[in-house]
This record gives sequence, structure tokens and C-alpha cells, in this order.
Amino acid sequence: MHTPALQVIIPLIAAPLCCLLPKSRLAWLFTTLVSLSTFAISVLLVWQVHSVGVIDYEMGSWPAPLGIKYHIDSLSAFILILISAIASITLLGARSIIEQEVSHRKHALFYTAFLLCLTGLLGIVATNDAFNVFVFLEISSLSTYALIAMGRNRKALMAAYEYLIMGTIGATFILIGIGLLYMQTGTLNMFDLHDRMPIIGGFNSVHAGFAFFTVGIFLKLALFPLHQWLPNAYTFAPSMVSVFLAATATKVALYLLYRVFYTVFGFEFSFSTLHLGAVLLPLSIVAIIVSSLIAIFQSDVKRLLAYSSLAQIGYMTLGVSLQTQAGLIASMINLFNHAFIKGALFMCLACLAYSIKTTSCEHMAGIAKTEPCVAAAIVVGGIALIGLPPTAGFISKWYIVLAVLETSWWLAIVVVLTSLLAVVYVWRVVEQMYLCHPIDNIQQGTPVPMMLLSCTWVMIFLSVYFGIDNRFPVRMATMAAEVLMP
Amino acid sequence: MKKNPILRETSHLLIPAILLFALYVQFHGDYGPGGGFQAGVIFASAIILYALLHGVKSAEQVVSLNLAKTCAACGLLLYAGVGVVGMLWGGNYLDFNVLADNPIDGQHWGILLIELGVGLTVASVILAIFYAFTKFKK
Amino acid sequence: MMSLITDLYAYWISVLLMMVGLYIVIDHNNLFKKLIGLNIFQTSVFILFISMGKVDQGTAPILKDGFETFSNPLPHVLILTAIVVSIATTAVGLALVVSINKYYKTINESEIEAIEREQE
Repeated sequence: MHTPALQVIIPLIAAPLCCLLPKSRLAWLFTTLVSLSTFAISVLLVWQVHSVGVIDYEMGSWPAPLGIKYHIDSLSAFILILISAIASITLLGARSIIEQEVSHRKHALFYTAFLLCLTGLLGIVATNDAFNVFVFLEISSLSTYALIAMGRNRKALMAAYEYLIMGTIGATFILIGIGLLYMQTGTLNMFDLHDRMPIIGGFNSVHAGFAFFTVGIFLKLALFPLHQWLPNAYTFAPSMVSVFLAATATKVALYLLYRVFYTVFGFEFSFSTLHLGAVLLPLSIVAIIVSSLIAIFQSDVKRLLAYSSLAQIGYMTLGVSLQTQAGLIASMINLFNHAFIKGALFMCLACLAYSIKTTSCEHMAGIAKTEPCVAAAIVVGGIALIGLPPTAGFISKWYIVLAVLETSWWLAIVVVLTSLLAVVYVWRVVEQMYLCHPIDNIQQGTPVPMMLLSCTWVMIFLSVYFGIDNRFPVRMATMAAEVLMP
Repeated sequence: MKKNPILRETSHLLIPAILLFALYVQFHGDYGPGGGFQAGVIFASAIILYALLHGVKSAEQVVSLNLAKTCAACGLLLYAGVGVVGMLWGGNYLDFNVLADNPIDGQHWGILLIELGVGLTVASVILAIFYAFTKFKK
Repeated sequence: MMSLITDLYAYWISVLLMMVGLYIVIDHNNLFKKLIGLNIFQTSVFILFISMGKVDQGTAPILKDGFETFSNPLPHVLILTAIVVSIATTAVGLALVVSINKYYKTINESEIEAIEREQE
């Protein structure tokens, strides 16, 4: 009965405890155990939501519009289990590569920042109070800036600084939106705001609040044209931080988009009165096409995958902009599958970064002979990214095309053609790995540790498993879409 | 700056007064403007004033960097711990009504302990930031 | 027309500060000045929130006999949290700028870009 609160409190209490731990291995073990316990609690929450329905939890026993309420429904449980699963798998394989990439005296603080980031992301999803969302958003963002700055390259500092400036502007825009809505309604509870929206829907300040929310969420989501922070941040962060961020940070921003535009403002207000679909649709299409094109010309594979992430975010918002329940289900399935696919691909790059200390495409020539497992994993991940059966990427593309065909056939052609662009950049990497001769002066790389390799293969296995047995994501996405668009 | 007699004597008069004022602001948060965050900043500013006048090494003998980091963690643990105690004694997380015999006393105790945790964390974090910046090697 | 400005002067000031802060963030090359612009931008949001909490002829939100109208205390609490967030952001930003200065020997954004372009 205390599970919604425990979901957020356990990593929050663990963070200062981790700061006090003396040894780096103890800090890693502690952090991994804590994230495994958050995964267990999120599984419990999914089971409880299935049996009971929604779970409400009042903080401090203050009743709902006065106090802060945590509200777990199908959508929240879906995202919570995704985040905690990704965090657990990431941490299980992280020890050796963190020891290599982050300087030794910062290890305990690294894991503390990781736990605070996890707390922030879980808190955004669990809460039902608009200002609490802002607080947890800033907790996760600040720890993310610190995590990115611990990268090996000195460009990581500049990347973290730019992300700080842009992320703080985005979060402050969300704060202005919350303030304008509070000014008109006097409440911060999301459901209470939804109830009062028909009365105040005509006011200019509510329209302005909607606009501020839109810009702030698009910035956190890295939707074109507010995406400038993402490539640098993903490329120069430590490898495991890239894995975690690529799989969770933008997904939670997408969850925030669902909550704000469907739960707080309501579907009719957002899409019929204020025509959000007319803004989202062209931006999504441009994001997909431009990001895929830029990804083809990148020389660093991490940067290539970062631009590929921007394209996949375009697919997710394309599903939302279709204004149908099928589009929303497609967007959520895309969200779930992409987390595992991108997480797996970035983990393969972490293995390569451990072994040959670089992720540039030309240095990966002929790596298939020395690291066959990692190369095979990249091939499978690339197939999932393109969207071929039997991987999870195929299921995502299938649902998107089905949803798009309900409204217009030329959009379906756009979706299929842009998948062909993904073939180009995936084939570039595969060709370098398998068909090119290695550069002579690269010495034999250090062997990849077993934990890291097995966690990579677990993620790859999950991205193939959810392509074959997709009952769990489809059922959860359908129930979540029913919650948002009844 | 240690040699300047005006600064030295004024600081000897003012720093204890600033520390006392910080404690006043901390504990009168529910009767007037104040509370944990403001009190923590005032407390840290007194120690920073001492460090500016007598050097960071002397200030470290009063409050070392390790003590600051430990107190920061302990303050947050105090805050979260009060919430957990509320959970263990029957209510929800951060429920103050169950902390004492009647709800009014419980609310009083809860706010007092929480603001103490906040003040401790804020003072130590600001002091730790100051030490980190002054001891940064070029 | 004049009442549009004089009645809503708090919001005009807040928007003016917001635009000044955003302009400083976008235009200046110096990394420190960008952080100061960010601070001005966030301060304008605080002024917006607190100015909406004031109730006409309301006193400070502390219970005392003889007073019936109080200003709304909730925006004050929200802004206290937001000020703490702003300070934490500034601290992280300043730490990043100090580290950038150590590695690049400059805190001018165009000079840093030029150094990185030369390296490639």
C-alpha cells in the first residue's frame, strides 16, 4: 500500500548513503541493489494496477487538491517498469567501464548522481501534482548535467554546459506554464486542473500557458528544432551514461507530453481548439527526415546513434500528431521498443569503447574478427533499428504504418522511405566492421568483461523477444491509451 | 585581510551574531519569515566570512570539507527519515499527524525536524561549494 | 490603453526581465555572462509567480487575531523551491565554467569553438 511512495523514496534515501560509501566497488554494488529493488517495486505496481485499477497515494495524508497525490495508472506503471528495468540492466554491466572512464575519486559521486537521476525520472512519472513534476524534472536534469560532465573527453564539459543552458530554459518555460495555469485555476493537481479547464479554456493566459508548456516539453524531448543539445550530450558522456540517457530521458519527456496534453489540458482542447497536431505533424516529419540524413554523414558511431535517436523521437511524436487512439498506441509501443533497442546499441558501443578506447567509424574497421560477439550484437541492433522482422523495431514500424494508413497514405510512404535511410547508416557501420581491413597501427584491444557483454546481449535479446512475443508492450500500451483517450 | 584591524575586530563581533541569527531564523520559520533554506545560507555565510578573513585553511579547521559532505548527506537522511518514521507509525509518507499524541503537536515536531534537516543540508552544501571553488587547482 | 500598462505593471516588468535574460543567454559569448542571463530569466519567473500571489489589502500569510485577509502563501512556497533549484543550477554551471577554463584557458564560446575546429 505504500508502493508508490517507496518507488521514489528508495533511490532518494540511497543517494546520500551512497555518497558516504568509501570504496568504489561497494558504491556500485549498493547502487545496483537499489535499482534492482526499484525494478521489483515497479513490477509489483504493474501487478497491483492490473488487479486493483488505479492506485492513489496522498503524501502526508493531506487530501487531494490540497496536498500532493501520487497517481499510478496503466501509463505510469508502463513507464516506471521501463525505467527501472533499463537502470538495472545498465548498472549490472557498468562497473568495469566506469572504472575505466571516470576518474577514481569521483566514483562514489558518480553513483550518487546516477541514483538522483533515477529518483528524478521515477518521480516525474509517479506524481500527479504539476509543481512536483517540475521539482523532479530539475532533480533529474541537474544530476544528468553532472553525469555528462564526467566524460573522458574535454568536449564533455562544453556539451554539459550547453545542455545545462538549454535544459534550464526548457524547465523554466514549463514552470511559467504551471504558474499561468495556477493563476487561473488556483490548483496544482493534474485532475483538478483538467476539471476546471472547460471553465477557463477561453482565457489568453491559459493559451499562453499551453504555448510555454509546448516549448518546454519539446526542448526536453529534443524534437526538431530544439534538439541541438542531444548529439553532443550523448556523444561525449561516459558510455554507460549514454546508455541510460538514450533509453530513459527523452522517454520520460514524452510521458510528460502525454500527461500534459491529454490529462491536464484534455484531448479536445489541445488538438481541436489549439491545433497541436498541426504543429507536431510537420515537426515530426522534418525531424525524421533531417536527422536520418545527418546520421548518414557522421564519422563517430555514437553521434550517428544520437541523430538516429532524434529520428525515432520523430516517429513517436508522429504517432501523437495523428490524433487517433491507434496513433497513440503506436507512439507508446515505439517508446518502449526504442528504449531497449537504443540502450542495446549504446551498450555495444560501450563494449567497443572499453576494448579499443574509441568509437569512431574508421577505427572500427575489421572489428568483427577480434570482437565477434559485439559485432553480431551491433548487427542485430541495427536490424531492429531499421525495423525488420523478427525484431521489436518491426513491431514499432508496423503499428506506426497501420495508424498512419488510417489518415493518409502518403505519410505511410514517408515512414517506409525514411526506414530505408536507416538502412544506409546501419549498413555503413556493418560494412566497416565486417568487410574492411583493420588499420595497421591499432593494437589488439583489451577483452570485454563478461558482465558487460552479457548485459549487452540481455538487451539485444529483449529487443528481439519483444518483436516475437509482443503481448506485454501492446497490452500495456492499449490500456495506457484507453486511460488517456477514453 | 587578517592584518586589517577594523575587519578583524568587526568580524569578531559579527560572526557569532550572524550564527545566532541563523539559528533564530531556523527555528522561527513557522511564526515568521524563515525556515531551513534561509537559515542554512546565513549560517554558511558566517563561516565563509571567517574564511575570507582568516584564510580557507583556518576555516577548514573549524568545519572541514569531509564534515560538510557528511552533514549534507545526514541532513537529507534526516528529512527522508522523518517521512519513513511517519510511514512506520501508521500514516503515509511524510505524515506528521502520527508523530506525536495529537495532530497539532505532531505537525509541530514534523516541521521542526524537517526544517532542521533542510538547514543542515543547505549550510553544508553551500560551504562545500565554497571549498570546492577555492581549492580548485588551475 | 494606459490602464493596460499601469494595472498590469508587475507582468510587464516580469516579461521585460524575461526577454532581457533570454537575450543575454543567446547573444553573449562569455560563458559566465550566459549564466547571469539565465539567472535574470529565472528571477523574472519568480517575480511573475509572487506578484500573482498578492491579494488586495491582504497581509502577510501568518495567522494572527484581528486579520482576515491574507496573501496567498502557496506561490511563496513554490518560489522558495524554485530559488533553490536556480541556485543549484548556477552552482553546477559555475563548476562547469571553471573546469572549461582549466582545459581551454578561455571562457569565450567562439574561441572555444575555434580551438576545437583547429584540433580536427
